[in-house]
Amino acid sequence: MRALRWYGKEDVRVEQVPDPTIEDPRDAIVKVTSCAICGSDLHLYDHFMVGLEKGDILGHEFMGEVVEVGKGVNGKLKVGERVVVPFTIFCGECDQCRKGNYSVCERTNRKKENADKMFGHSTAGLFGYTHLTGGYSGGQAEYVRVPFADCTHIKVPESLTDEQVLFLGDIFPTGWQAAAQCDIEPTDTVAIWGCGPVGQFTIRSAILMNAKQVIAIDRVPERLAMAQAAGATTINFETQSVVEILNDLTQGKGPEKCIDAVGMEAHVSSTLDSVVDRAKQAMMMETDRPHVLREMMYVCRPAGTLSIPGVYGGLMDKIPFGAAMNKGLTFRMGQTHVNRWTDDLLRRIEEGQIDPSFVITHRMNLNDAPKMYETFRDKKDGCIKVVLTP
Amino acid sequence: MRYKTNESQRGQADSATFRLAQFLGVFSIMLGVGELIWGGVIARHTGLEGYEWLVRVYGAREIGNGLLILFSKDPTSWIWPRVIGDVLDAATLIWGYTRDPSHVMGVVIAFVAVTPVVIADIYCAMKLSGESTKPLEPVKDYGDRSGI
Repeated sequence: MRALRWYGKEDVRVEQVPDPTIEDPRDAIVKVTSCAICGSDLHLYDHFMVGLEKGDILGHEFMGEVVEVGKGVNGKLKVGERVVVPFTIFCGECDQCRKGNYSVCERTNRKKENADKMFGHSTAGLFGYTHLTGGYSGGQAEYVRVPFADCTHIKVPESLTDEQVLFLGDIFPTGWQAAAQCDIEPTDTVAIWGCGPVGQFTIRSAILMNAKQVIAIDRVPERLAMAQAAGATTINFETQSVVEILNDLTQGKGPEKCIDAVGMEAHVSSTLDSVVDRAKQAMMMETDRPHVLREMMYVCRPAGTLSIPGVYGGLMDKIPFGAAMNKGLTFRMGQTHVNRWTDDLLRRIEEGQIDPSFVITHRMNLNDAPKMYETFRDKKDGCIKVVLTP
Repeated sequence: MRYKTNESQRGQADSATFRLAQFLGVFSIMLGVGELIWGGVIARHTGLEGYEWLVRVYGAREIGNGLLILFSKDPTSWIWPRVIGDVLDAATLIWGYTRDPSHVMGVVIAFVAVTPVVIADIYCAMKLSGESTKPLEPVKDYGDRSGI
């Protein structure tokens, strides 16, 4: 089969690899009908995340048709069924899964010792996302082996198209969880840094949760226009002062809820801290560029909440923790507990409350994936979300 | 990294680099004026006694270079001469040290003072040179993509 494999910084290739096979009774094989390039794939492409090995297959946002199931799936998934596969692999049986904390499943990371060393305790296995999270082959391929397939799936009805449901596997629930973690009230102003795909879903989630005002921050005109289309007030951080405008829009008090949909690769702008971060990152003195975190901690209203769906990988410097502590800020973050949210989100799609396909700007063949990684990373051609068909 | 057509300023994606180029232009003029005025003092503290005129020539070069950066439509061609000037300055400082090693502190201070600007010159020149000269494509219209 064809699959997209990682070979190093900015080096991904579509190659022939052996078809996956059932390795465990709880496995299933899914024939991929649609997959997407996620913003967090770019951290791998740019090699800011450690733990990949040459030849690893990328991709954690995909869906398709079940073509084979192991004996241990016990009828919970049948050949021919159409499924979206959540990017977090979960067993459904451990203490964390029973609490709905699927992204920290205690059993699915088969390379647990790596994560234990890095994070103190292991998190769940993820598709196509380094050997810190299990080293599982990803879904930018024609076929994928889905471990723990009796749990790790979202069945979707035939009445909905791939483009309407594909993002249930990652960016839609990720945006939803980011907003849900804020416990949004109708009097709240929610500020969202980053209008990439996750940011766009966070904006719409905050609006569906009845926030009084949603403010979106980015610098790319197409992304700001898409945020505005949903009803957000926008700030272009290259030409406007984020802190001043956020204070102006909140009577000088700052937003109650701040969401970081940017993560470790914040744009290196004309601010001194972002330039210093980039230099330190290049010299391996810091792994992440936390400009957005600093700005959120500074501008957030006292007793407010910071929600962080943006991916961070390791260590960062000059965090104004004094401001956070004295203002009594609440931090909520984590990889998405995808299946905690998908029943509700699928219902909302079926009812027509939201059509997630609004975010797709580029539809290509899997063979074009290497070129599209670059286009997406460089935000060329108005690129916001790429969907690939094998 | 893209040009905007019919504008003296480059595309929005690289406005930070454009601002850096303008800062370097202003810095170049200020440094040049300083070298013209205090050429003798600088020469005495860097082992270049008897070559005050050389320091002042360098000052004139800095002023000219700075003006070209500030008033050209595309500063790229005038940032690279700053990098070449940096190399020339460094070579002259080393030459001054070999003439009179007793001024080692003056030479070290001069090196430390200009190093950040040298890094900024190289960064700015490389960044501007990496740009495409194609005009900006029109912004895609996603104003109707509400999704909700």
